[in-house]
Amino acid sequence: MFGRLTLHSFPTSPITAGAAAGMVLAVLALAAFVTYKRAWGWLWREWFTTTDPKRIGAMYLIVALVMLLRGISDVIMIRAQQAVSVGSNHGFLSSSTFQQIFSAHGTIMIFFVAMGLMFGFFNLIVPLQIGSRDVAFPFLNATSFWLYVAGVVLVNLSLVVGAFSAAGWLAYPPLSELQYSPGTGVDYWIWSLQIAGIGSLLSGVNFLVTILRLRAPGMNMMRLPMFCWSALGSLTLIVFAFPILTVTLTLLALDRTLGFHFFTAGAGGNAMMYVNLIWAWGHPEVYILILPAFGIFSEIVPVFSRKPLFGYTSMVWAIWAIVFLSFTVWLHHFFTMGAGADVNAFFGIMTMIIAIPTGVKIFNWLATMYRGRITFATPMLWFLGFVATFTMGGVAGVLMALPPVDFQLHNSLFLVAHFHTMIVGGVVFGFFAGLTYWLPKFTGFMFNERLGRYAFWGWFIGFLGAFIPLYILGIMGATRRLDHYEASLGWQPLFIVAAIGVAVVCLGIGFQVLQLGYSIWKRKAHPAGRDPWDARTLEWSTPTRPPFYNFAVIPRITSRDQLWADKQSGSKPPAPEYEDIELPNNTPMGLFIGAAALVLGFAIIWHIWWLAILGLLAIITLIIVRLTTDDEATLTTIPAAEVKKLAEAEARA
Amino acid sequence: MRYRYLAAVGLIAAVVCIGVGTWLHTHPAAILHPAGQIALQERNLMLFALALMMLVVIPVYALTITFAWKYRASNPKAKYEPNLAGSRTVETVWWLIPTALISVLAVLAWTSSHQLDPFRPLASATPPLTIQVVALDWKWLFLYPDQHIATVGYVEFPQNTPVNFEITADAPMNSFWIPQLSGQIYAMPGMSTQLHLMASRPGSYYGESANISGAGFAGMHFTARAATAAGFATWLAAAQRSPTVLNPAGYAKLAAPSQNNPPATYALATPSLYDTIVMKYMMPAAGMQPMSMP
Repeated sequence: MFGRLTLHSFPTSPITAGAAAGMVLAVLALAAFVTYKRAWGWLWREWFTTTDPKRIGAMYLIVALVMLLRGISDVIMIRAQQAVSVGSNHGFLSSSTFQQIFSAHGTIMIFFVAMGLMFGFFNLIVPLQIGSRDVAFPFLNATSFWLYVAGVVLVNLSLVVGAFSAAGWLAYPPLSELQYSPGTGVDYWIWSLQIAGIGSLLSGVNFLVTILRLRAPGMNMMRLPMFCWSALGSLTLIVFAFPILTVTLTLLALDRTLGFHFFTAGAGGNAMMYVNLIWAWGHPEVYILILPAFGIFSEIVPVFSRKPLFGYTSMVWAIWAIVFLSFTVWLHHFFTMGAGADVNAFFGIMTMIIAIPTGVKIFNWLATMYRGRITFATPMLWFLGFVATFTMGGVAGVLMALPPVDFQLHNSLFLVAHFHTMIVGGVVFGFFAGLTYWLPKFTGFMFNERLGRYAFWGWFIGFLGAFIPLYILGIMGATRRLDHYEASLGWQPLFIVAAIGVAVVCLGIGFQVLQLGYSIWKRKAHPAGRDPWDARTLEWSTPTRPPFYNFAVIPRITSRDQLWADKQSGSKPPAPEYEDIELPNNTPMGLFIGAAALVLGFAIIWHIWWLAILGLLAIITLIIVRLTTDDEATLTTIPAAEVKKLAEAEARA
Repeated sequence: MRYRYLAAVGLIAAVVCIGVGTWLHTHPAAILHPAGQIALQERNLMLFALALMMLVVIPVYALTITFAWKYRASNPKAKYEPNLAGSRTVETVWWLIPTALISVLAVLAWTSSHQLDPFRPLASATPPLTIQVVALDWKWLFLYPDQHIATVGYVEFPQNTPVNFEITADAPMNSFWIPQLSGQIYAMPGMSTQLHLMASRPGSYYGESANISGAGFAGMHFTARAATAAGFATWLAAAQRSPTVLNPAGYAKLAAPSQNNPPATYALATPSLYDTIVMKYMMPAAGMQPMSMP
């Protein structure tokens, strides 16, 4: 009846049971609060069933930031264990718990934090920046979000029922095969990624079409704001790379669930095939995340230097060079497979070539600052922190692109420090810069600058403290993922410094939480207004907070920095000619599909076959029902007169 | 006000440089203190590439600080060009600067990949010693097919003698790494990789697995001892007299998962054991029909 699921599937060790209980209590407390506030109806109508990309974007950000806290608590446990588990002391985590924690850390941070934040930004910013009222496929957008949430729920469910994968964030076979990981952990990993990954792929298609098809009249490609160019690069990568992930996960699931032998040791399986496939997705994935961060910096540096972006065309070419090259370097993740000198050298050289467009981008940002009038609001601090760390991480990356050097540094903590420098110093700093820069548009109030600065310094100094010791540990020969090591190696002091660094990062996070709370409390005193940063692009031309239809009148584009050009010319816009606006209705179908996908995933993990069939049938039925619904039932038209009234009310406010 | 920022940045940079410098000076890091020619060349390659990249990195840092300082909004003396949006000449120059640097590094990548290919036998007047390595759950087994001995968690070879490692796994994938002697290579079931190295001075070196392989992974380290020729001969003679013999039955027992095994020495009864281990993954699994080749 319940497949592999029995009462023994619930956690018993104090640490995992405590974490599970804490999470369940937090969810219950939240539910109680919503009930107490009688907010369920409001949540359902305004948020859960919404098709408005601004609301979907906000929900992406909220879920991703909550998952960031989960990922950080994993880090605290990893570093605490490594700081004490030396010689005769074996720390407070069993090796299996420790391995689950780092596997969960990587999985959560990439798929459910970084990807979530990225789609949050795409939803919030892309339609506004291109002068559009919506995305190309609003219902698909909601469905993508709920598939992402289904993945999030599944990955956290593994805390409460069963266990998570202990095979690392990419689950290399044969370790991740049934023979060596017989439990449900790897299945949780597969299905949470599979469901969220399909959501990402659908979002990729959606926003790609949005940017290509829904630009305001006059916005030719060479007038596209640089964040949208970066998003376009990232989306192109998603559309080409995520199908590889879907197939790879399917093959691994077939191995584990139906006894196939794609990647098993023996019986014709080839584990290195998996390693090739997963990195053919995994390397582009790195650029999927970093390109939007680059795009954010390309918006911020001009605004805070009060100058246009230097070398726009160069920047566009650099993005597309990176997009292309990112598909030609995957083997550098396993030079140590022993592929032979010609193959290794080819992939090493291709890897180094990526440093060229990336370097050009940094030069262009610096040139944007040149002869500017720079103000150092927190977004600009994040940018400077990014240049400092990302350059360092780039050097480490090019070093490891030399195959013989990689033989010495591969899988060491030097490698861990390298990619965290790129992901934290690049992606995370970029996204934080973006949050401070753009959120006032959507909250309507400014965020406290002083607390924001403290948060930056906490993150920056904590980052250096946490990762410089890891570079050195790698050079001392320390490998990653060790839950215990010998005292004679002399690694412990550096692990302790790294743990202190994590504590300082947590201090930074504390300031961010404080900043959020304080800014909400003082929101009346610091209204954002339309254009608080004296910015250059269209999203700042709408009222704050943007109305559900974004633009009462679709703007005509004549310039790259349209808003800046309008402000400079000082000419009055012509009298608006309002038209009917057609917008999608709210629908719960996206949420239902996500819920059915969650049921399907859970059922497959636990081998509850009748439930899996029900889940699958539910998904198919929901899709058919939705696709056969008439347009009249899914769309609402706001007549021009009504738009006029709304717009004039906005203007007076 | 803004001076505080400069001071903070300077202070952080100083703490990092002094901290890292002092640590590396007082704690010899394995990769920076090689004991064999392969590890030495790999280190030198790394340091050379690092120095080369500093040619670009240092100016980037310098320009960032200079521009951020000079063009701060509170400095009215600095020039302000609100419409400066690009320059074909300047942009061409900085497409070319990294291209030039990467061209040099690319040549280096090509030559060094071939020169330091782990599959490439080392030239030496001394005849090489072949040692076969099997990653097991969770220990390293070393087979000396010509000397008819086997060891677990400990490997010994003479200095200044090329050692040809043949490496496989009878367990999930691991990575075989002795940082002071050479870089690593994967140990994969059903596949045989090679690693060639030569120790230039006697000593005991830390060896480990660099790839997660399950519960006992952290305990998968071993000692690699480079001995003098005479010392190795003595050790070998003692090992060959070992009372415990490794035969297929004993191997099956050894291959069962176990953690933190103490080092052990065996007399090797079946010198072809390594090939048996590799080939066992080439056979169809029990109950499967072998496929006929067209």
